[in-house]
Amino acid sequence: MAYSEKLLDHFKKPKNVGTLDKDSKSVGTGLVGAPECGDVMRLQIEVDEASNVIKDAKFKTFGCGSAIASSSLATEWLKGKTVDQALEIDNMAIVEELALPPVKIHCSVLAEDAIKSAIADYKKKNGQEA
Amino acid sequence: MNPNKLIYLDNNATTPTDPRVVEAMLPYFTQHFGNAASRNHPFGWEAENAVDKAREQIANLINVDSREIIFTSGATEADNLAIKGVFEMYAKKGNHIITLKTEHKAVLDSCKKVEKLGGEVTYLDVNREGLVDLEALEAAITDKTILVSIMFANNETGVIQPMKEIGDICARKGVLFMSDATQAIGKIPVDPKALGIHLMAFTAHKMYGPKGVGALFVNRKNPRVKVTSQLDGGGHERGMRSGTLNVPGIVGFGKAAELCQTEMSEEAQRLSGLRDKLETELCKIEETYINGSTENRMPHVTNISFKHVEGEGLMMTFNQNIGVSSGSACTSASLEPSYVLIALGLGDDLAHSSLRLSLGRFTTDEEIDAAIEQISGGVNHMRDLSPIWEMYKEGIDLDAVEWSEH
Repeated sequence: MAYSEKLLDHFKKPKNVGTLDKDSKSVGTGLVGAPECGDVMRLQIEVDEASNVIKDAKFKTFGCGSAIASSSLATEWLKGKTVDQALEIDNMAIVEELALPPVKIHCSVLAEDAIKSAIADYKKKNGQEA
Repeated sequence: MNPNKLIYLDNNATTPTDPRVVEAMLPYFTQHFGNAASRNHPFGWEAENAVDKAREQIANLINVDSREIIFTSGATEADNLAIKGVFEMYAKKGNHIITLKTEHKAVLDSCKKVEKLGGEVTYLDVNREGLVDLEALEAAITDKTILVSIMFANNETGVIQPMKEIGDICARKGVLFMSDATQAIGKIPVDPKALGIHLMAFTAHKMYGPKGVGALFVNRKNPRVKVTSQLDGGGHERGMRSGTLNVPGIVGFGKAAELCQTEMSEEAQRLSGLRDKLETELCKIEETYINGSTENRMPHVTNISFKHVEGEGLMMTFNQNIGVSSGSACTSASLEPSYVLIALGLGDDLAHSSLRLSLGRFTTDEEIDAAIEQISGGVNHMRDLSPIWEMYKEGIDLDAVEWSEH
């Protein structure tokens, strides 16, 4: 299977690898997937309380190259967006950007789930539950 | 060495054709192109002589009579012919076949077909080392059992089954013993007569011969074994496998067998040295495990799991340069991790984290050094990225985490 240049770039030089303080009130953490399934993504956002803008995003992913690239791309897209804008990120946009083959679409779904899960965690911590 | 040179460590998938084999084959495409079944002119005689010679070379390698070699298109066809052919031929005697959960799909899927046709199949477990339980095997044999099919060496782990012991059990119980010996022949000594094997499937392209040609050994005497042909046609190969013989392929298969016979012992020694070096160095990385028996194992194979690193992702760190296989789900169409490793009792997570490295005739010391460096670097890269490695290092019990399975 040949991968796109963008995918390989995100895989080899992933952006925003790391860990934010999960106990901080301004940080939301999403942990999705399972080791038995071969994919685990942890995606974290740090939100500026006044503006509701995501000022930082970090990830770590256990998985194949497509899963790592999808989460790296997701963190890039998250930074600078408001929480509400971030909720609009669709997995198919990731598929298109990285030219994911059909068997790897689940990696983009996982990245979207990780974003939604991180936002839900942030909202819960800050009493914004819908 | 050139860092961009490609390194091939997937010789269990296929081996390169030895240039000496190609050399032997070439005249049989253009000059000696005859049909080996053309019995009444020199073109046919040339082809038939070449096939006879190859049959001798292959028979010599495994110490059998050349009349016991049936040519096929490969090991998959030979497995199909043996299992379905015995099932049909011995229908009056019984309908039960015994095999292992770790067999190749060519055997397992042939057994599934037999079940659809009304047969019964027992799929035996293996232990943590990947080895059959001989007592369980003996206990599974009933008066309906016609065939035991157990592979010589496993394609994923290289684990070698106790063939002599299995052969003895089959002889005592009066059932036929078939073995898929694809991964063993040409690499270690294989002597079916001494081991009590009655049918044995193998292929040229795993022993430095060409793709598209294989063979089934069928024992001729004590007992005289017969299989029902699965292809109808001209009655070639003593009626067991119709179809015009692939003369250039067979010539190459014969040459490959001859080369293996002369070079096997030296090559096995060299490769086990390189394999041990590769394995020892990679096992210096923490939380690294060898899968399967290290005592009863092929000299050129290692199967290693790197905990909390996903196999396909790991391969992507170096697969522009190195060709290997992984037991990870992502490398197969099925999304299930290797059933062979699962049968050894590995958790899905460790099965996802495995690499199979299989060396070959053309693997060099420099390549092994480069592979050690690149694979180690890849594991470190992937662990830096792995949230579960971080959690593991923090002392979190991963089994206690509530994962959101998808």
